[in-house]
Amino acid sequence: MFHYKETIEYKALPLLPMEELTVTVVDHCRRGWRMMAFFGLNGESGREVLCILGHAADQMLEAFRASMPKRYQSMTPSCPQAHLFERELAEMWGVVPEGHPWLKPVRFCPAFDGKRDSRPGPAQADYYRIEGEEVHEVAVGPVHAGVIEPGHFRFQCYGENVMHLEIQLGFQHRDVEHLILKSPAKLVLPIMENIAGDTAIGHSTAYCTVVERLAGVEPTDRAHILRRVALELERLANHTRDLGAIGGDTGFLPTSSWNGRITGDWLNITSELCGSRMGRNLLCPGGVKWDVDSELAKALVKRVQSSYRDTRGSVDVMLETPSVLARLEGTGKVSRQAAADLGLVGMAARASGVAMDCRFDWPLCGIANPALTKRVPGAGDVMARTLVRSQEVDDSAASAAADLEFLGKTSGSEPVRLPMPEKLPAGRLAVALVEGWRGEICHVGITDDEGGWLSYKVVDPSFHNWTGLAMALRGEQISDFPLCNKSFNLSYCGHDL
Amino acid sequence: MFDIIKERIHQGYRTLDYPFKMPVITPRFAGLPSVTPTSCAGCESKACLKACPMGALNIAETGPELDMGRCLFCRACENACPEKKIAFTHEHRIAAYSREALIVRGPAPADICQPGVRPALGQQKRDLSLFARSLKLREVSAGGCMGCEADVNVLGTLIYDLGRFGIEYASSPRHADGILVTGPVDENMRKALLDTWEATPEPKIVIAVGVCAISGGTFSCGRENCLGVEDVLPKGSVDVYVPGCPPNPWSILDGILSAAWKKKRMK
Repeated sequence: MFHYKETIEYKALPLLPMEELTVTVVDHCRRGWRMMAFFGLNGESGREVLCILGHAADQMLEAFRASMPKRYQSMTPSCPQAHLFERELAEMWGVVPEGHPWLKPVRFCPAFDGKRDSRPGPAQADYYRIEGEEVHEVAVGPVHAGVIEPGHFRFQCYGENVMHLEIQLGFQHRDVEHLILKSPAKLVLPIMENIAGDTAIGHSTAYCTVVERLAGVEPTDRAHILRRVALELERLANHTRDLGAIGGDTGFLPTSSWNGRITGDWLNITSELCGSRMGRNLLCPGGVKWDVDSELAKALVKRVQSSYRDTRGSVDVMLETPSVLARLEGTGKVSRQAAADLGLVGMAARASGVAMDCRFDWPLCGIANPALTKRVPGAGDVMARTLVRSQEVDDSAASAAADLEFLGKTSGSEPVRLPMPEKLPAGRLAVALVEGWRGEICHVGITDDEGGWLSYKVVDPSFHNWTGLAMALRGEQISDFPLCNKSFNLSYCGHDL
Repeated sequence: MFDIIKERIHQGYRTLDYPFKMPVITPRFAGLPSVTPTSCAGCESKACLKACPMGALNIAETGPELDMGRCLFCRACENACPEKKIAFTHEHRIAAYSREALIVRGPAPADICQPGVRPALGQQKRDLSLFARSLKLREVSAGGCMGCEADVNVLGTLIYDLGRFGIEYASSPRHADGILVTGPVDENMRKALLDTWEATPEPKIVIAVGVCAISGGTFSCGRENCLGVEDVLPKGSVDVYVPGCPPNPWSILDGILSAAWKKKRMK
């Protein structure tokens, strides 16, 4: 067990037999631990499996390491949150989890060593099917009607009612984890910013945190606050866009069109920090690349306040319209039990009543932030996911404004970027947990003997949450899909890597 | 109802009369690069080459050459060059008609950042005037990270109001005059992109938005064949390139207007 900010020596972790690892992990999950990452890597003595578990109440992490078997008894039947991790492990490393209820590829990618000869075409696999005279199947994608990423959806329907939805992704697979290991060091940060383009700040914060924890460098408070401003601005932009999209799919067009514009205002505030609306080129290991002086901070506070007024006004007219509320309430419900069992994260989990938020559970710095509160409505329907967003808009705007004001007052007090050592210490493991706007972003970095990467694992919140969307559709109608989809708004590329 | 009208009045009129009025873009924005064309033979450090994460720079006999088709506009070279030979201007109109025209070898023109119609860089591969009245585009995200997609999508909002130019995103390639591709075109999207392109009736145009679609961007050194649109579609099929990671929406709007050769009508 180790504190989440600490690093551990990777080789000192005992190499367990796989049976012992699975029994221990399942036992921990029963006692309230969460599976944050479970993946394979090429260790010194051969292929290994590593599982990272977290226990938010006492901010402790646990890492279990085992040598990779050819087959093992699947954990999924007794610990459903392992289901996609086990599929991923099977696809990339050829390890068979015996007894896995739905074993098929996740991304249709070549194995990690690139040795697999025949590779199935994307989404070419068996799908869950319900047989019956009046049961029919609806297939959608990969290329969708709107300007969105590709993915394949299969609905099993009885009339208009959806009995089951299977979501098959993988079309966006760019081999990110392999690229992180093989690319020149200066390219790694831009790759992190492109893992999920709408979460550039979230993923770059996670990467920088891993590197800083390994190097033992603690960024200055000013850098931490600037990162926090950027992270909350990213949340504001995306929540505003999604609230508008929910309005659009409900047929409430005023909010839909206003929010489209206000989203741009939030993104433009981010671009005042770093020149890029999408938060590229702001963070770097050691801190941030750009500072704000008192004049800019003052101007940005005003813009945050005015954009917040616009967002609030636009969202409020939607949430005061009875026909909108009637459409949102009770649609696409995910129970608290299902959310906890499947290991959903972030605002989707909070909407279902699971009180998890990395900003409180695993804070990145010790600087208090009174503006933020954990928002946990609990009903688990589209309405709850709308409310989480709406409430977090209040919190994030207040937090960003307060932080910017503080930065303006203390302008020039300390550097925003500290020098980093040329090499990271060898053979260490560090974990970063960041609350991106969708939820928990988990990065695990392990260094090799030369201080390069032995392994780097990225777990985007969408990896956990796509199953939540599939659950939300059960018993609903196909026409509810767009609305449910927008209420989650998950990343395809974050899942596919 | 009264509240909606009240809020409508508060939200106001926001559409910009582009391109006759210039958008206000942050001072930290990096636009069209400007290069001083003098020999770098005396420079021993070659700090720009070391700093560039993308290999977008080349030191030729005449000085540095910057390939916008690989550039992330991160300013690493600008900060590194001891002689300050590379600078990024504020000009957002950086679309080009040819891959070659994306390579910057000289200083930026003196008349940049002025309102009005500005032609895209380089020469058109073919006459695009057919698309000048109405243009329907099918957007294909082929491994795109949602950065470019978000900035393509935003053109439909009030500020940009793409519809007023007669341009719309079509839901099917059969209804489209061309495709707009984002993303590096990973292996799993290769066939879907080809199918979409083939399903689009002739004559059709292709717009590549973002450094990924142009050259594979940050994903070009992997195993998933992410080398951009021209690695998959027939050579010469891309009509307009819009560089950036991701490009600013105004740059994308400018690129789409160039593709439709609408600028000619505006004059």
